[in-house]
Amino acid sequence: MDLSAINPVLLVASLMVAATPILLAAIGELVAEKAGVLNLGVEGMMIVGAISGFAIAVETGSPWLGFIASAIGGALLSLLFVFLTQVVLANQVASGLALTLFGLGLSALMGQSYVGVRPPPIGQLHIPVLSDLPVIGPILFSHDLILYLGIAIVAGVWAALKYTRAGLILRAVGENHDAAHALGYKVVRIRIMAIMFGGACAGLGGAYISLIRVPQWTEGMTAGVGWIALALVVFASWKPWRVLLGAYLFGGVTVVQLNLQAAGVAIPVEYLAMSPYLITIIVLVILSKDKSSAPASLGRIFHASH
Amino acid sequence: MIVLEKRPQPSKAWSLATPLVAVLATMVFGGLLFAVLGKNPVEAIRIIFYDPLFGEFASYYRPQLLVKGAPLVLIAIGLSLGFKAGIWNIGAEGQYIIGAIVGAGVGLAFYPLEAWYIFPLMVVGGALGGWIWAMIPALLKVKFGTNEILVSLMLVYVAEQLLASVSLGLLKNPEGFGFPGSRNLNDYASANSWISQETGMHWGVVAAMIAVIFAYVLLNRHMLGFHIRLTGEAPRAARFAGVNPGRLILFCLGTSGALAGLAGLFEAAGPTGQISIDFNVGYGFTAIIVAFLGRLHPVGILLAGALMALTYIGGEIAQSQMGLPAAAIQVFQGMLLFFLLAFDILTNYRVRLNTREVA
Repeated sequence: MDLSAINPVLLVASLMVAATPILLAAIGELVAEKAGVLNLGVEGMMIVGAISGFAIAVETGSPWLGFIASAIGGALLSLLFVFLTQVVLANQVASGLALTLFGLGLSALMGQSYVGVRPPPIGQLHIPVLSDLPVIGPILFSHDLILYLGIAIVAGVWAALKYTRAGLILRAVGENHDAAHALGYKVVRIRIMAIMFGGACAGLGGAYISLIRVPQWTEGMTAGVGWIALALVVFASWKPWRVLLGAYLFGGVTVVQLNLQAAGVAIPVEYLAMSPYLITIIVLVILSKDKSSAPASLGRIFHASH
Repeated sequence: MIVLEKRPQPSKAWSLATPLVAVLATMVFGGLLFAVLGKNPVEAIRIIFYDPLFGEFASYYRPQLLVKGAPLVLIAIGLSLGFKAGIWNIGAEGQYIIGAIVGAGVGLAFYPLEAWYIFPLMVVGGALGGWIWAMIPALLKVKFGTNEILVSLMLVYVAEQLLASVSLGLLKNPEGFGFPGSRNLNDYASANSWISQETGMHWGVVAAMIAVIFAYVLLNRHMLGFHIRLTGEAPRAARFAGVNPGRLILFCLGTSGALAGLAGLFEAAGPTGQISIDFNVGYGFTAIIVAFLGRLHPVGILLAGALMALTYIGGEIAQSQMGLPAAAIQVFQGMLLFFLLAFDILTNYRVRLNTREVA
C-alpha cells in the first residue's frame, strides 16, 4: 500500500472530471422535476446519449459534433417519455422505467460496431500563464470545455429559475399545474420543453463518459450514474448549486475509491467499488426527512378536463 | 380535434385487450426494426414466437419455457403486490442475486454431506437472503421516508459487487483450478432444484405456481389484499379505513424480496448450477415488464411470464439462426412495455373526435 502516490492536486482535478456526467444529468433532471415531471429514464437517456455522441464523434472525427449529437439523441429519446406521460397520460414511474429499459437495449444495438474503437481526443483548455500556475492551474484552468459548460449550465439554470419570468412559470407549473393552467399557461408544452432539456443534458452527460472520462464504448457503461443523478436531485433539495456540490461529493467518492484501488489498500476491490452506491443511500437517508422543497405537483398526471 | 374524455370507471374490456394490442403493435414495430437491421421481419417474428413452441426442434425448446418463465413469474408476482399499492421495488435483480448467494451458500456449507434437509434449508436461505435485501429499502422508507425506488436500485449495484466478491473468494470452488465461480450444484444431489431435467421441471416452477395461487387468493379473498388494492387506488380512503402504510410497505417489499430471492436460489441450484460473476442476466428487470404486461393480475402475470420467456428463447434462436443481435431482443422487450403503457390510455380515457367549439 502506497498512499503517498496519490497526488491531491490531480485528485481534485480528476474529481471534477468524474463529477461532470452526474452534474449534467442531474441539472437536466432538476429542471424536469421543477416542472413537476419525475423522469426515471435518466439512465436510459444517458446511455443513448453516450453511444450517439460516440458514434458521431468516431464517424466525423469531431468530438464537438459528437457532443451535439448526444444532446440531440438524449432529447429524441425523451420524446418517447413525453408521448407516454404528456400525451397518453401514462404513469410517470412506469414510463421512466420503460425509457431506461428501452434505452439500455437500444444503445447496445446501436453500439455493436463501436466496441473497441477509440474516439477522437478532445483538447484541453490551455491558457498560457493561468494553466501553468501550480495547484490552481491544473484544478481550475486545464480541463476540457464541456466541464466548464456543465458548470455554466448550472449557473444558467439557477439564474433562469430565480430571476426570469420563464423560470417563474416553470416553477408554477411544477408547484400547481391546475392553477398554472387556469392562469393560461400551457402546462403540457412547458413540461415537454423541460423534459427535452433534461434529455439533452442527460445525453451530454452520457457522452462525457464515453468520449472523455473512459473514453471508449462498452455496453451499459453508465453503470447507474443516471440513478445517482436522480438521487442527487433529492439530495440537492431541488437547488441548482447544491447539485454542483453533491456532484463533486460523489465525484470525490468515486475518484478516492479508484485511487485506493490503485494504491492497493487492504480493502477488496469489490467493496471499494460499491462505496459510491452505499454513500448515495446513506445521503438519501440523511436528507429524506426534509421533503418540503419538492415541487408539489411532482409526478402527478395533468389532464385539462379536471 | 381529438379529445380525451376520462371514463367514470376504467373499461374492463380494454383492460383485457391492451396487452394483446400491445403485443401485436410490438410485433409490427419490432418487425420494422428487424427489417432495418437487414433481417427478414416475417421470418424473425416466426422464429421468436412460433418455432420454440411448434417448430422442428420444439421438443428441445419447450422445457426452456419453464426454465426461463419460472423466475420471471416468481419475481413479477412479488413486484405486482407492491406496484398495486404504489410501492416501487425495482431492485429485484439485487434481491435475486443475494437470494442465490445465501441459498447456494447454505448448500455449499454442507458439501459433501448428502441429506434430505439440505435443499429445504437452502430454500429458506434463498428466501431469507432476498427478504433481508428488500428490508433495507423497506425499513429506510418506513423509518425515514427514503425513496424506495432509488435505494432498491442502488442495492442492485452493491449486490453485483458482492456477487463478484463471493465468486472470487468465499464461495469459489476450491477444486476449480483457479477459475472464478462456485462448485456446480448440479453435481451435488442434495442441493439440486431439478425435478426432471428433460422436461425443464424444477422446484422454481412449482414455487411460481404456488405464488400465483397465493397472490390470487390474497388479492381476492383476503383483507390484506384488499388493503393493497385500496392503497393503490385511493390512498386517502385507505388511511381512513385504518390501513397501516408502514406495515403494508414492509409486507409488499418483504414478499417481493423473498420471492426474488427464491427465484435466484432455484436458478443457482438448477439451470445455472453455480454462483459466478455473470450469474444474473436481468430477470429482475424483465420481471417489471412481465408484471405490467400481466396487468398486475396473478393469472395475467403467468401468461405474460410465458410470453416473455418465449421472446428470450426465440431471441436466442434468432440470434444463432439469423444473426439477430442480442440487444435487438432487449429493444423488443422494452418496446412491449412502451406500447402497453401507451395503449393503456384506452382503459382510462375515451378518445373522441370533437368538432371545434367555442371555449
